[in-house]
Amino acid sequence: MTTLTEAPSTIEVVTTGRARRARRRWLVHVGLALAVLAVFWLSLMLGRTYYPASDVIAVILGGDVDGASFTVGTLRLPRAVTGLLVGFAFGLAGATFQTMLRNPLASPDVIGISSGASAAAVIGILVLNLSPTAVSAMATAAALVTAFAIYLLSYKQGGVANTRLILIGIGIAAMLSSVVSYVLSGAAAWDMQVAMRWLTGNLNGATYERTLPLVIAVVLLAPVLLWLLRDLEAMRLGDQTAAALGVPVERTRVLLIVVAVALMAFATAAAGPIAFVAFLSGPIAARILGPVGSPVLASGLFGALLVLVADFFAQYALGTRFPVGVITGALGAPFLVYLLVRSNRSGGSL
Amino acid sequence: MTATLAVKPVAHRVRRPVPVRVLGGLGLLVVVAGVAAASLTFGVLDVGWDDLVAGIGGAQDTTAQAAVLKRVPRTVLGLVVGAALGVSGAVMQGVTRNPLADPEILGVNSGASLAVVIGMVFLGLSSQVTYIWVAMLGAAVAAVFVYVVGSLGRGGATPLKLALAGAATSVALGALVSAILLPRAQDMQSFRFWQIGGVGGGSWSTIGLVLPFLVAGLLLSLASARALNSLALGDELAVGLGQNVSRARLLAAVGGVVLCGAATAVAGPIGFVGLVVPHVVRLLAGIDHRWLIPLSALGGAALLTAADVLGRLVGGNEEIQAGIITAIVGAPFFIWIVRRQKVRDL
Repeated sequence: MTTLTEAPSTIEVVTTGRARRARRRWLVHVGLALAVLAVFWLSLMLGRTYYPASDVIAVILGGDVDGASFTVGTLRLPRAVTGLLVGFAFGLAGATFQTMLRNPLASPDVIGISSGASAAAVIGILVLNLSPTAVSAMATAAALVTAFAIYLLSYKQGGVANTRLILIGIGIAAMLSSVVSYVLSGAAAWDMQVAMRWLTGNLNGATYERTLPLVIAVVLLAPVLLWLLRDLEAMRLGDQTAAALGVPVERTRVLLIVVAVALMAFATAAAGPIAFVAFLSGPIAARILGPVGSPVLASGLFGALLVLVADFFAQYALGTRFPVGVITGALGAPFLVYLLVRSNRSGGSL
Repeated sequence: MTATLAVKPVAHRVRRPVPVRVLGGLGLLVVVAGVAAASLTFGVLDVGWDDLVAGIGGAQDTTAQAAVLKRVPRTVLGLVVGAALGVSGAVMQGVTRNPLADPEILGVNSGASLAVVIGMVFLGLSSQVTYIWVAMLGAAVAAVFVYVVGSLGRGGATPLKLALAGAATSVALGALVSAILLPRAQDMQSFRFWQIGGVGGGSWSTIGLVLPFLVAGLLLSLASARALNSLALGDELAVGLGQNVSRARLLAAVGGVVLCGAATAVAGPIGFVGLVVPHVVRLLAGIDHRWLIPLSALGGAALLTAADVLGRLVGGNEEIQAGIITAIVGAPFFIWIVRRQKVRDL
């Protein structure tokens, strides 16, 4: 008799558990999205001068408000939009890599995906004296080429092993960073400042024109990435298990890499390699979310939140206006220590 | 505990007959001499044989002889720093039992960089002597940190964990460096010339400054050679052989860090010499550290000086610093090492 009474209760446990997890997933995502919207809105209103919500709405609707039209319409709005999208793209790409490579340290900025963009941007700014738009285009192309090279170099019969991909990425990044410092060493002092700011990652001088490619990339690629999440979740269990579950592993991996790298590349081109956003967002989102599904979307939302908050802080809280990357870098360093210790001790993934 | 077998020696034959090593050593000596001569000869102004000999003798009668005389300290610095980096790489690879150990990959250089920046900006340091101490301290802290963090957990210090810990630490310290430097244009100027690895600024006084450290580090490393041989067998076996494992590892690590910290302090961060040289030397001399360490010194001296010469030849009037050349040569080598390892050994 006992078995008969226990059997339904097990099902009940499973269903209630499932419902609870679904609710939690939903709550976390909605909560993060609301937080992003709130910070976005506040960053339009607050600053050196305060504009009430009515002015901001008027400007967004195309109205002409004294002062606010310029400050909000030309300065704050493009900046906030760029920050939002850059953070979102970094967060998505970071968590995708971390999940796919099953290692929270293997975010695209650590394993060298953005180093190609950095080298290209520095060459574009200092050697070729290109315009910001051209620098962005060159950085995008270079990030894609670098990622492709890393992938090819880690390909051996039997496919791409995650460990090999990570290590080769690190090697390439070390080489490219010496190229960066070589180009920097020959630069004039003023150009050097510009290049350093670019390398740190900043949202100064964000315009719609520079952000447009990123907008298109996010609109096109984010849905693809979210559509791939199901297969990515299966790949978390290991390549063989995923293959047994019917996931075309190598094809999914290539697709994921292409999409994540493209997001990374366009975001880096728009604002520079803002330190640690891609690295931090995934693990933090996974922490907030708990074990209730893929942290990738939550990571994107958290990335957006992080960039918006850090940029606001960098602009107004410290006397001098720092690039946003300084703040995320300083925040990231201690968290990195924690993450290194924790992940190596447990040997775990996200 | 399969982890104790993590290092696959490059050479399959463990013991090499002594003549091969002696010949290898002599060959390396010849290479070093040749590279040194090339370093004195080539540059913006190439000099002839007569002037070279006279210049080394101290004559300054012609421009060519004067050029030679000016290139002598630079060459010596290149040789010394290269030797230090080569030995440091061999020792670090031995201590961590890790084929990918290199000051650049493990983030040790970024520790030195951050320490120098902090010294420049906040402590008002401006002389080479103080840079040496600060850089060495920074290198040591970063090395210990990365090693401890990278060896936590299952499997000990695998190449993957160490490299990731090193890369992530580099990114973090790099962010701190730019946070400090960005609002300070003046310091940025002085830092960037330090930051790019090269021996072009070599003078007798810098060599004199750094030499005691290098000698001390070299002696420590040589003294630990036998212990490193036992460590290569794994901690358990080393203990069984009567080795005090933690003391041996500590001594060797101190030697390696002193060498690379001092080298970095005078020549800026130079990557990949410490990675490439021991691997090549192992092909020649096998895995016995008593041979590996001295031969790595020769190999490192040859490689860095050659990189310096190459940078002068390729760059023309604007020479390319040796650190760039070693990175461009070294990274493909790194990739090659990664590719030839079995995945489960990473």
